[in-house]
Amino acid sequence: MARTLSFQQAINEALDQEMARDESVILMGEDIAGGQGAEGEMDAWGGVLGVTKGLHAKYGDRVMDTPISESAFIGAAIGAATSGLRPVVELMFNDFLGVCFDQIFNQAAKFRYMFGGKAETPVVIRTMIGAGFRAAAQHSQSLYSIFTHIPGLKCVVPSTPYDAKGLLIEAIRDNDPVIFFEHKKLYPLEGEVPQELYTIPFGEAEIVRDGEDVTIITLAEMVHESVKAAEAMAEDGVECEVIDLRTTSPLDQETLLDCVSATGRVVVVDEANPRCSLATDISALIAQNAFDALKAPIKMVTAPHTPVPFADNLEDLYKPNAEKIASAVREVMEYQTWEATASKN
Amino acid sequence: MGSDGIQELTMPKWGLSMTHGKVVEWLVPEGAEVSAGTEVLEVETEKIVGCVESSAAGTLRRHVAKLGQDVPIGGLLAVIANPSVSNAEIDRFVESFSLEEASDDSVSDDPAPEFVEARGRRLRYLKLGEGGQPVVLVHGFTGSLDNWLFNHAALAQQRAVYALDLPGHGQSSKDVGDGSLEMLIGALQDWLDVLGLSRVHLVGHSLGGAVVLGMALRSPDRVRSCTLIASAALGPEIDAEYIEGVVEANRRKELKTYLARLFADPSRVTRQLADDMLKFKRLDGVRDALGKLARNFVANEKQVAVFRKELERLRSPTQVIWGENDQIIPSSHAADLPDQISVELLANCGHMVQMESAHKVNQLVLSFLEKTDERFVTT
Repeated sequence: MARTLSFQQAINEALDQEMARDESVILMGEDIAGGQGAEGEMDAWGGVLGVTKGLHAKYGDRVMDTPISESAFIGAAIGAATSGLRPVVELMFNDFLGVCFDQIFNQAAKFRYMFGGKAETPVVIRTMIGAGFRAAAQHSQSLYSIFTHIPGLKCVVPSTPYDAKGLLIEAIRDNDPVIFFEHKKLYPLEGEVPQELYTIPFGEAEIVRDGEDVTIITLAEMVHESVKAAEAMAEDGVECEVIDLRTTSPLDQETLLDCVSATGRVVVVDEANPRCSLATDISALIAQNAFDALKAPIKMVTAPHTPVPFADNLEDLYKPNAEKIASAVREVMEYQTWEATASKN
Repeated sequence: MGSDGIQELTMPKWGLSMTHGKVVEWLVPEGAEVSAGTEVLEVETEKIVGCVESSAAGTLRRHVAKLGQDVPIGGLLAVIANPSVSNAEIDRFVESFSLEEASDDSVSDDPAPEFVEARGRRLRYLKLGEGGQPVVLVHGFTGSLDNWLFNHAALAQQRAVYALDLPGHGQSSKDVGDGSLEMLIGALQDWLDVLGLSRVHLVGHSLGGAVVLGMALRSPDRVRSCTLIASAALGPEIDAEYIEGVVEANRRKELKTYLARLFADPSRVTRQLADDMLKFKRLDGVRDALGKLARNFVANEKQVAVFRKELERLRSPTQVIWGENDQIIPSSHAADLPDQISVELLANCGHMVQMESAHKVNQLVLSFLEKTDERFVTT
């Protein structure tokens, strides 16, 4: 049987193997040192959810705890990247990225462009996304669309342990700033992961499930909810194709348009807020380039335009899930053009 | 086998990762006669479409699995019985058939691939079956031991059959040294030494055929027989664009168009097959390894190594099998071979003839092995 790792272990292994391979790779972040093999109190840590556990014992000073000052240590990592290191910096929750927007948007993202292609910034910012953790409005957002908006940044949003390892290694070896979004609900997810090092190129969506009736386009944890919805719909004879974007910048437009042209029906599933989002971006892409192929309006399944609620029952209502996705699939399947409706009457 | 002459046909396990298969088409209607080896239905797995063969002779009495149904390994597909068996007895058989028992069996004795270290290289292999004169299956360029998924178990019913991942391939070490054919032959020999296999039947596909042939010429006393399937090194022509394309292609869509050339029926190339090839190619070191091997294999659009002239001094009994529609290496390379080499051309098959016509290839290999073993006993 092939070897399985959790999503969290796959990230740890990618960091470990790249640090062993390339000594310019260093780790920075709040509480990321410690964990297995470290002494005393240090044993408890390895990142807020233990993703970097054990690496401090193995690589010593190359795994650096930072003060609770995101603007300072993100800026330091970006500076280190421009001067020869390959820092992988952990910024606990993506909700906190707001305090270091200048370093990311105005500095890291612009260096290559503003210095005539002569500056490279091989920094990876790892950060957690996602609701469903009972962690309230400031620790539960999915903000990848904000970073996808900025030219000069690459955005990675993996959904499986296999992809997490291959995309993180690709991110570390990439010479541009990469924001690597980890959905915290996925950390315990198990899957097949090769022991060997491997990379997955950016800008290649994964077709997770084949189907000829409806294309579901999604990412991160929603990939799994979409597959659940697709399995349920298959029992009613509707076959859904499920596409996992894997990276939002660059975006695999070719695969999206090819798939939509074949099925003609689209449901875009995104757990983020709906305005100016990945869901609207992809809907616009399809409306502009594949309008002729559409048999029904594009349907978006997203969170509402509100903060993530703290109350358990409200948070459950807030997130898209397999039932909501399945009902959107039913809607696009049952859609009839006004001509068809008129001719019936 | 069931009681009262009722025999079940169950979902086979093709390859290491298969857990279930979908019924695509019945090739034999209810009421028709089948014999052992008759292709009864087509099944689609995540990776490939293949035919399930009857294991017994009799009348195909019942299609138990429905079209489009996903059936786990060991699940009941059909019932074969003589006409004297009543429908009621067949009903009872179908009802009492326990999937739990069937699938538990298949899981518990599921053999896993093993690794050995041979001259500094970690090599993966899968052994099925026990006893007899051992056989070693050697895959082709960019292949792996999974290329034998329709053959390995069928060949291993009476003897030990090993399938190897060559250096640079599958889960073996990606160190291919200078990437030469000699390196591959040496690695095969090192591996035989580590496993203590002094003399074996070799079956090679494509580039693996060149490895087998090279081994038989270099160390004839180690090689009991050679089966060369769509083999390299029997002539200069090859689809050089395929070799280059399959090394370079880094996108699923592009790779799929190349992989389609491997089969007479390109619909056999599923998305999963292309995805698996991409996953392999994205392992660190694979691209370099394949590039090196390709440069040693093909230059100026021709095969570098051609052993045609050396065939006269080949001492091991040898048979050649080819798909008539092979687009990678032309089946004309099977023509005008020395008389002692038997040649079988199979219609409607491409380069992956051992997949597309698994049953025929398995029969050919088995009867050739038996004949060769007898000859060794009598002389």
